[in-house]
Amino acid sequence: MPDLLLELFSEEIPARMQAKAADDLRRMVTDKLVAEGLVYEGAKAFVTPRRLALTVHGIPARQPDLKTERKGPKIGAPDAAVQGFLKATGLTSLDEAKIQRDPKGDFYIALLEKPGRAAIDVLAEILPVIVRTFPWPKSMRWGERSAKSGALTWVRPLHSIIATFGPETEDPEVVKFSIDGIETGQTTHGHRFLAPSAISVRRFEDYEAKLKAAKVVLDPQARKDIILADAKQLAFAQGFELVEDQVLLDEVSGLVEWPVVLMGSFDQEFLSIPGEVIRATIRNNQKCFVVSDLKDSDKNPDKTGKLTNKFILTANIEATDGGKAIVAGNERVIRARLSDAKFFYEADLKTKLEDRLPKFENIVFHEKLGTQGERIKRIERLAAEIAPLVGADVEKAKRAAHLAKADLLTEVVGEFPELQGLMGKYYALAQGEDASVAAASEEHYKPQGPADRVPTDRVSVAVALADKIDTLVGFWAIDEKPTGSKDPYALRRAALGVIRLILENGIRIDLAAIARTPFVAFGILPHAKSIISDHENIEKLENSVGRVSFSIDVWNSYFQNRDWKGFEEAYAAAQTTADKKVLDLLSFFADRLKVQLRDQGARHDLVDAVFALGGQDDLLMVVRRVEALGKFLDTDDGKNLLAGTKRASNILSIEEKKDKRSFDGAPDSALYKLDEEKALAKAIDQVKSEAGAAVAKEDFAAAMSAMAKLRPAVDAFFDKVKVNDDEPKVRENRLKLLNEIRAATRAVADFSKIEG
Amino acid sequence: MASPGIALIPLATADTVPRAQNPLARPILPMDELPAHMRPERSFQGFILALQRFWAEQGCVILQPYDMEMGAGTFHPATTLRALGPKPWRAAYVQPSRRPKDGRYGENPNRLQHYYQYQVIMKPSPPNLQELYLKSLAAIGIDSSLHDIRFVEDDWESPTLGAWGLGWECWCDGMEVSQFTYFQQVAGVECAPVAGELTYGLERLACYLQGVDRIMDLNFNGREGADKVTYGDVFLQAEQEYSRHNFEHSDSEMLFKQFVMAEEACKKYLAAGWKSGSNQKEHLMALPAYDQCIKASHVFNLLDARGVISVTERQSYIGRVRDLAKACGDAWVHTEAGRAS
Repeated sequence: MPDLLLELFSEEIPARMQAKAADDLRRMVTDKLVAEGLVYEGAKAFVTPRRLALTVHGIPARQPDLKTERKGPKIGAPDAAVQGFLKATGLTSLDEAKIQRDPKGDFYIALLEKPGRAAIDVLAEILPVIVRTFPWPKSMRWGERSAKSGALTWVRPLHSIIATFGPETEDPEVVKFSIDGIETGQTTHGHRFLAPSAISVRRFEDYEAKLKAAKVVLDPQARKDIILADAKQLAFAQGFELVEDQVLLDEVSGLVEWPVVLMGSFDQEFLSIPGEVIRATIRNNQKCFVVSDLKDSDKNPDKTGKLTNKFILTANIEATDGGKAIVAGNERVIRARLSDAKFFYEADLKTKLEDRLPKFENIVFHEKLGTQGERIKRIERLAAEIAPLVGADVEKAKRAAHLAKADLLTEVVGEFPELQGLMGKYYALAQGEDASVAAASEEHYKPQGPADRVPTDRVSVAVALADKIDTLVGFWAIDEKPTGSKDPYALRRAALGVIRLILENGIRIDLAAIARTPFVAFGILPHAKSIISDHENIEKLENSVGRVSFSIDVWNSYFQNRDWKGFEEAYAAAQTTADKKVLDLLSFFADRLKVQLRDQGARHDLVDAVFALGGQDDLLMVVRRVEALGKFLDTDDGKNLLAGTKRASNILSIEEKKDKRSFDGAPDSALYKLDEEKALAKAIDQVKSEAGAAVAKEDFAAAMSAMAKLRPAVDAFFDKVKVNDDEPKVRENRLKLLNEIRAATRAVADFSKIEG
Repeated sequence: MASPGIALIPLATADTVPRAQNPLARPILPMDELPAHMRPERSFQGFILALQRFWAEQGCVILQPYDMEMGAGTFHPATTLRALGPKPWRAAYVQPSRRPKDGRYGENPNRLQHYYQYQVIMKPSPPNLQELYLKSLAAIGIDSSLHDIRFVEDDWESPTLGAWGLGWECWCDGMEVSQFTYFQQVAGVECAPVAGELTYGLERLACYLQGVDRIMDLNFNGREGADKVTYGDVFLQAEQEYSRHNFEHSDSEMLFKQFVMAEEACKKYLAAGWKSGSNQKEHLMALPAYDQCIKASHVFNLLDARGVISVTERQSYIGRVRDLAKACGDAWVHTEAGRAS
């Protein structure tokens, strides 16, 4: 069966877009083929900086003929209907139609046969549409034709298109079409510099081979393999080791058609700069790999090893001088870049971190949330409040939070934003800060995502929690919550960070209490600012934001003799709002926790069942409870109790609907008629008190065991007792008893939320 | 590098390097005939002249720098305004560019508050613009069989000009030597047809060609010994003086007023320029109005360097300049040179 070869030859395609483009091309063409009834055997797409190519093999030469039936009017229908049917189906008379009987009568049926078209014609129709609608992240117009509306757009100017189609044994045909003046053909070009002449190709096999002869490695994976193997070899030959970097490898392989790996070096003196800075300089700016000392990396298998003064570049040509000029040129640029980096690093070391803080007063964090300076102060106070709760030294936590953001204004971080935090650590250590304080500069940003490490140093934990909680509370206060796929401030990540910090460090913390005060303060600050004008009091106000101990008394003392009549009202309103926001934020945490637990294989309905109890602001306890609940539900007792409770709930909700009332309140023991009722009532009382006591001691396993004692009584009750007794009072009393089962189980979870 | 000395780049001159088979690599100028002091790798001015000759050969009008202070060659009306409208246009010129904030008192080897850009604009962008660019590199002595020339993604956007385009940074052996942009929109107007723009950073390229590490060390006139004039001889004092001015002494109060004056003048001239009584919408004063937009932009850059514009104000100033640029673009497409016929 015939094969298709397609090549779209253009000016240089951005490296970061290449992989997706190849994938999109394959998907779009094969989807269309299948939709047209052309089921192919295989397809593979390739991409280089200058070409997108696709081979699809085993495409049938023709579409299958399509047979369809079309139902027409009833026999004896008005002539207009008959004429319409004939026109729509192309039949010349009703004699050509079949008659079919169904319950509604006899109908005319047209048998339509649509002959399949030649695949090459189908391709000539679908390929131009795919080119015109190709989903580049950004595309452009160019040249003379760009003056006209509807001009072709492509990622960069498109120069030629190869489209051939035919079986292996014959010379293929060109799939003829033209887009904006580009006629399809069989001609492409080799490497821009090494083999620029035109190449005529027939099908994929000779296409790939001829390109290779013309210094183009078509397959991106092959280019990656070459670069990686050569780079490793080059480093190894000199007694070093390549610092592997997949992201860089992906990018570099998208910048060359003919990779030639070369090694250069830089002055030893630059090794005084932190390795991360050298790497960032060489990698980000020059797209070169760095090289480490082999011996060091053997001793520390989990470290990258100590960098050496070598780098590895990937050129796109085989130079006539063996690459000397290229290496020399790259060395010059890298020397200049490292000189800049060294200059920045050394300049940074001359200023103490705390001396950078005043500048943050002029940097807006968010229009509605004030300056970075204000934010740092809030985080500092919050970290001091959190420190004792997580077992951190308060003074160290304060100091760490004070300095944690200061490196944002250093030259090195300005140049390489991805080194934020890490540089802060280096600078903090250089100015003699405590090791924990310095580490917090880097670690308070962690965890950055589900795979990132969670800090364990208590000082880092305190600052990390303070930073994230401040962010969450702030954006919640101004109603900038994530919606759908939009989360511009990465609040989901912040919440997950809080969750992981708490769970993985086994921290007990009352999130509601911590979040509430800043919410009140955020609520009242703008109001206060609009009323008072003197600077000192505004500062006092701002200082109180983020303090857990903040209370109306503190504020009243500030405003005792001031003319702020609306204060009480404003404060009350801020409190009401804060209460709502706290609940809302907690439910956000609950959602994130659910996602997190689900990712770890826990049942999300159990998480719901626990959160439904309300007041669950201690995430560690939530997780413990979910764990115990999960274990309990795996036992027979658990399963049966769940079934019994569900049954009770179902009956209750039906009867509640019927009577339009609820059956709250204690049952009357005088109305019990059967032993099973009495036994159940007794069991409920016992379980309530036992489970309650166990929960109070946070012994959820014991609470579950207590719960298990309910099971025989519940089973016996449903076995022997008819709830809807004829006597209304007895019925009501029994429903109340059922309600008690529900209430008793609520000591551990809301069973109605549990599935199954 | 083991030795701290300067790595001399082997240059593609006829006597040192055999000519490559690749036609692109062949210098199109008869460089053998050039006197040594005019060679692009020996002299800053010789290098500029080589570019001028090359682009003149491609049918560009060789313009002189625009006589106003501006941050980049793109601001020259020969680019900003001529990029708009349907009429073909090919021009090349050197534009002194001022970036007050980049001043370093002449102490940084690579940063200056005043430097030169070489600007080429071709509308519509010819299909072989990349080839022409590579030939221009060959013309200044960069041999593509010896040097690794790359087109690395760079999307260009100018918030002050309301302009954007797609293209690349052009790398030579890992150094960015030019920017290559297909303008899609300028001054808020869609480019129809699209113009191709090339910008060469002259000092940086010259450092590369001459094999020096500091711009101030560039040989300006290509002479040696007592006759040699360096870039530093010409510009070092200016860098020092202007850095003092830009960072320490520029009169902010006056500059704030100048900004408003330029802004108001621009609007006034634009309003006055619409021709009345004609049924075709026509503008008669787009160029003088645009001068005021250039002025406002430079005054803003001076204020920014002085550190008297806060982060939030900054956005609003940029927006104000953009509004002027857009209004000028709208006027321009209703002028003789900017419209269809």
